[in-house]
Amino acid sequence: MTLLSIADLVVEHRSPGQPPVRAVAGAGLTVAAGEVVGLVGESGCGKSTLARAVCGLHNVAGGSITFEGRPVTPLGLRRRALTGIQMVFQDPYSSLNPRRRAGDQIADGLRVSGDSVTPADLLERVGLPRSFTHRHPHELSGGQRQRVAIARALAARPRLLIGDEPISALDASAQSQVATLMRDLAVDSGAGLLFISHDLSVVRLIADRIAVMYLGKIVEIGDTASVWDAPQHPYTQALLRAIPHPDGLGTLPAELPGDVPDPADPPPGCRFHPRCPHAMDICRVQEPDFGPAACWLHAPSDLTEQSAKV
Amino acid sequence: MSQLPLAVKRLSVTVKRLPAALRRLPEAWRRPQAVAGAVVALAWLLVAAAAPLLAPYDPLAQELPRLAEPGPGHWFGTDQLGRDILSRVLYGARVSIPLTLLLVALSVLIGGFLGGVAGYFGRWADEVIMRFADLVFAFPTIILAMVVAAALGASLTNAVLAVLVVAWASYARVGRGLVLAVREREFVLSGRLLGFSVWRSLRVDVLPNVVGPVLVLATLDMGTALLLLSGLSFLGLGAKPPSAEWGAMVASGMEVFDSWWVATFPGLAILTVVLAFNFLGDTLRDALDPRTARAVKERAL
Repeated sequence: MTLLSIADLVVEHRSPGQPPVRAVAGAGLTVAAGEVVGLVGESGCGKSTLARAVCGLHNVAGGSITFEGRPVTPLGLRRRALTGIQMVFQDPYSSLNPRRRAGDQIADGLRVSGDSVTPADLLERVGLPRSFTHRHPHELSGGQRQRVAIARALAARPRLLIGDEPISALDASAQSQVATLMRDLAVDSGAGLLFISHDLSVVRLIADRIAVMYLGKIVEIGDTASVWDAPQHPYTQALLRAIPHPDGLGTLPAELPGDVPDPADPPPGCRFHPRCPHAMDICRVQEPDFGPAACWLHAPSDLTEQSAKV
Repeated sequence: MSQLPLAVKRLSVTVKRLPAALRRLPEAWRRPQAVAGAVVALAWLLVAAAAPLLAPYDPLAQELPRLAEPGPGHWFGTDQLGRDILSRVLYGARVSIPLTLLLVALSVLIGGFLGGVAGYFGRWADEVIMRFADLVFAFPTIILAMVVAAALGASLTNAVLAVLVVAWASYARVGRGLVLAVREREFVLSGRLLGFSVWRSLRVDVLPNVVGPVLVLATLDMGTALLLLSGLSFLGLGAKPPSAEWGAMVASGMEVFDSWWVATFPGLAILTVVLAFNFLGDTLRDALDPRTARAVKERAL
């Protein structure tokens, strides 16, 4: 059963005097209960905007976000009744209130779910000592803060947990620990997890499915094993080549040339074609809007014939 | 000359023997400036509380020789109606200091609330409140306060109201800026996602994180508020003649310029209070700002 389904989502950032920037331009994604979906892409491709839109922190310009069969409403001035979606944010230094003790902040989450467990129990579950309930955030390290943030989000018993690059600000030793912790806790409680990261190698460890995002669109989606072993889209292939391999042979990671184009002025046709080594004529003209790999190299046969006539 | 190093040595010995209770104070509060500010402010609060016990005469009784020079019997001299100036200055603390405190507290409450609402809710609430604040800022402070006081009629209560009308705006502006910065922080969003109502979010997540700088501003503003209040009384728009109010006393001293003591002592009272609160405000600012920590450490006693 799909827990969250996103269809043709468009999110625009508007600033006065400038054309709107389409941070998310027609993205589609589903997350099932108990499933871990990893969303990867370069910085600036719209991953975080998508995550915030799912929480209702951004207004949606088009498309739909459906959670448990009901549309997600933007977070306004009213009290949020929809506490089934919780989020762990990127920056561990601003995700906790510096003036309140860790235990009190976790208790806010417990008040939502009405659970009988104590904040100390939850701290234990995320691998922190029970005595940390009395600590203020400045007495904790980045990884510990992120664990407290996870404990607070989980205390509300969400059906969907979103991690918006929760590990990117942590040091390497804490990254995979926190990522696996999030996965285990989410799956144990039966919740879905949408894990956003720019680090494919960490996402591979924890995700059931991987979605690759480029300039506001999902360009490839599939099971972790198939995306990792046989990437279809040239962008996914480039991302995978950019991962360093400690094989002792001195293989250097291949760099993807160029930068992500300005989302306010996306290239015509396929959004990846200016950087794509396999770009064909059709790529410059027509946008590939099919799945699981949105690339003309992997177009369904009927579509290629059709476009050949055009 | 040879005594000087000895004196320095003795001084440093006494400094080393600071009582343990003082040692435990944060460094920012152990600087000379902070100690002086705290001592003077505390002394004035004590004077305000114990004026009837300390004052040698009734502040309103006109029974002494007129315009007597300062000397034994009446240390600050007497004014043109034969009232003891020391007693009047001491009693004046009962008028000026509580009113200043009340005024600043009300400005913080009103300005802070309006600024917080403007910053947190944005849109039309922001526009309306901040344009009103701009309106207040566009006038010279004392002139606007004079207009309000004159319109309401001359009395101390109206003077407080008049200063309130001009004083809230700076708190609104500062409060709005601080709330704007905190509003988008991720812990505030997390709280909202956990189902906090807007007011709970403001109280629990926003308020504790903006209150420090606002308090610093309030302490620094204490001097300005006292000056404004005394200024209004000086101009005849505040305290009415018989009551012992420092600004009004300076004004009456202007009439007898040859007797310097009539205006000087209430003026000094205003000066010391303003100075003490400015020192306290600076200290509070340094204590709350971790970036000044090192500079503070070097000057700490």
